[in-house]
Amino acid sequence: MPKTIVQEFTKGLWEEVPPFKLVLGLCPVLGVTTSMENGLGMGIATTFVLFGSNFLVSLLRSIIPQKVRIACFIIIIASFVTIVELLMQAYAYPLYLKLGVFIPLIVVNCIVLGRAEAFAYKNKVSYSIADGLGIGIGFTMSLGALGAVRELLGNGSVTLWGDMSYNLLSTFPSYQPFSFMVQAPGAFICLGLMLCLINAVGD
Amino acid sequence: MNDMIKMVVVLTVLSSVAGGVLAAVNKGTATQIEAQQLTFVKGPAILSILDGASNNPIEDRFKIADGDAETNFFVGVFDGKANTIAFEGFGKGFAGDMGVMVGINMDDDKLVGAAVTVHSETPGLGALAKDKPDLVSQFKGLSVTDSVSVTKNGGQINAISGATITSSAVCVAVGKTMAAYQKMKPQLQQEIQKFGK
Repeated sequence: MPKTIVQEFTKGLWEEVPPFKLVLGLCPVLGVTTSMENGLGMGIATTFVLFGSNFLVSLLRSIIPQKVRIACFIIIIASFVTIVELLMQAYAYPLYLKLGVFIPLIVVNCIVLGRAEAFAYKNKVSYSIADGLGIGIGFTMSLGALGAVRELLGNGSVTLWGDMSYNLLSTFPSYQPFSFMVQAPGAFICLGLMLCLINAVGD
Repeated sequence: MNDMIKMVVVLTVLSSVAGGVLAAVNKGTATQIEAQQLTFVKGPAILSILDGASNNPIEDRFKIADGDAETNFFVGVFDGKANTIAFEGFGKGFAGDMGVMVGINMDDDKLVGAAVTVHSETPGLGALAKDKPDLVSQFKGLSVTDSVSVTKNGGQINAISGATITSSAVCVAVGKTMAAYQKMKPQLQQEIQKFGK
């Protein structure tokens, strides 16, 4: 049974949420989620690229020849990534400094290429946009959640927005933040535990 | 054969359009990006060098074109007199260009300070050039006619251990600003008159 546009959108939010259900695109998931803000920033940048590339790939799918489709996808994706990089430098410079090399690396994020190849190249424009947005927002939520958990445990506090923050020490005064969680091994362990939790809930 | 031509045409057109769009976005955001870099990257370096200036050095700036390149000069006013100037020089580091902001007192032609602005050096080794003052503080007080190089090359600057290439790059960048200063001093003196009144 063919899915509706709404279903294509919502499948990215839970059913096929990229890092947890598809377990794809783990490089930025592990690399930038040292804080919630970084995770969300990276997620939004990726969502923009997914939206743009899905839209264009789907729009041009009858023109792009089968044999050189991957090259065409890469040109489209790389262009959107460069646009994001420039826009981020122009309007969110501190975030750009923190995310650093992970922004250009969106080009090789297998979620973006995967959606172009597996979905947008075979489906209508409207469906592809819904798919891109859904997967992108799911990715953003996952990165935000992982970043929030790591920041909370690693720093003892989490910055919600601007100056608004929640301090774990105010609830549990005896809590000792362990910086292990914001370092690389903490990312693997935290991701593993969250995967475990989500699979347990899913079943 | 038709297939072949179609592939070539599609790829060529797609690449050209992408190139055009990117060039437009690059051009459209260039001034905004420069302003952001001034605030977040060069700003702290400038303020650390021109510490105690009574004006805002980031606002009091002028540009001089030397050949193809345009350099921003930042003016520091001390005791009501605009006598200090800060500008950036570049050297080739271990991983790409390094920018070093250098402050020069125009009265006695001596360096008042230096600070690394942009770099892509290794964290914990070369990146210490920016993160720790040990290297850049050695430039303070040098005269613009001095030649600067690391001790390994017979100079007077103690390199960061494990990061000789980075340290040399900083020396090269500082040396370039010194040379540029000596060459452009009359011009600079003219421009600087406009500030600090």
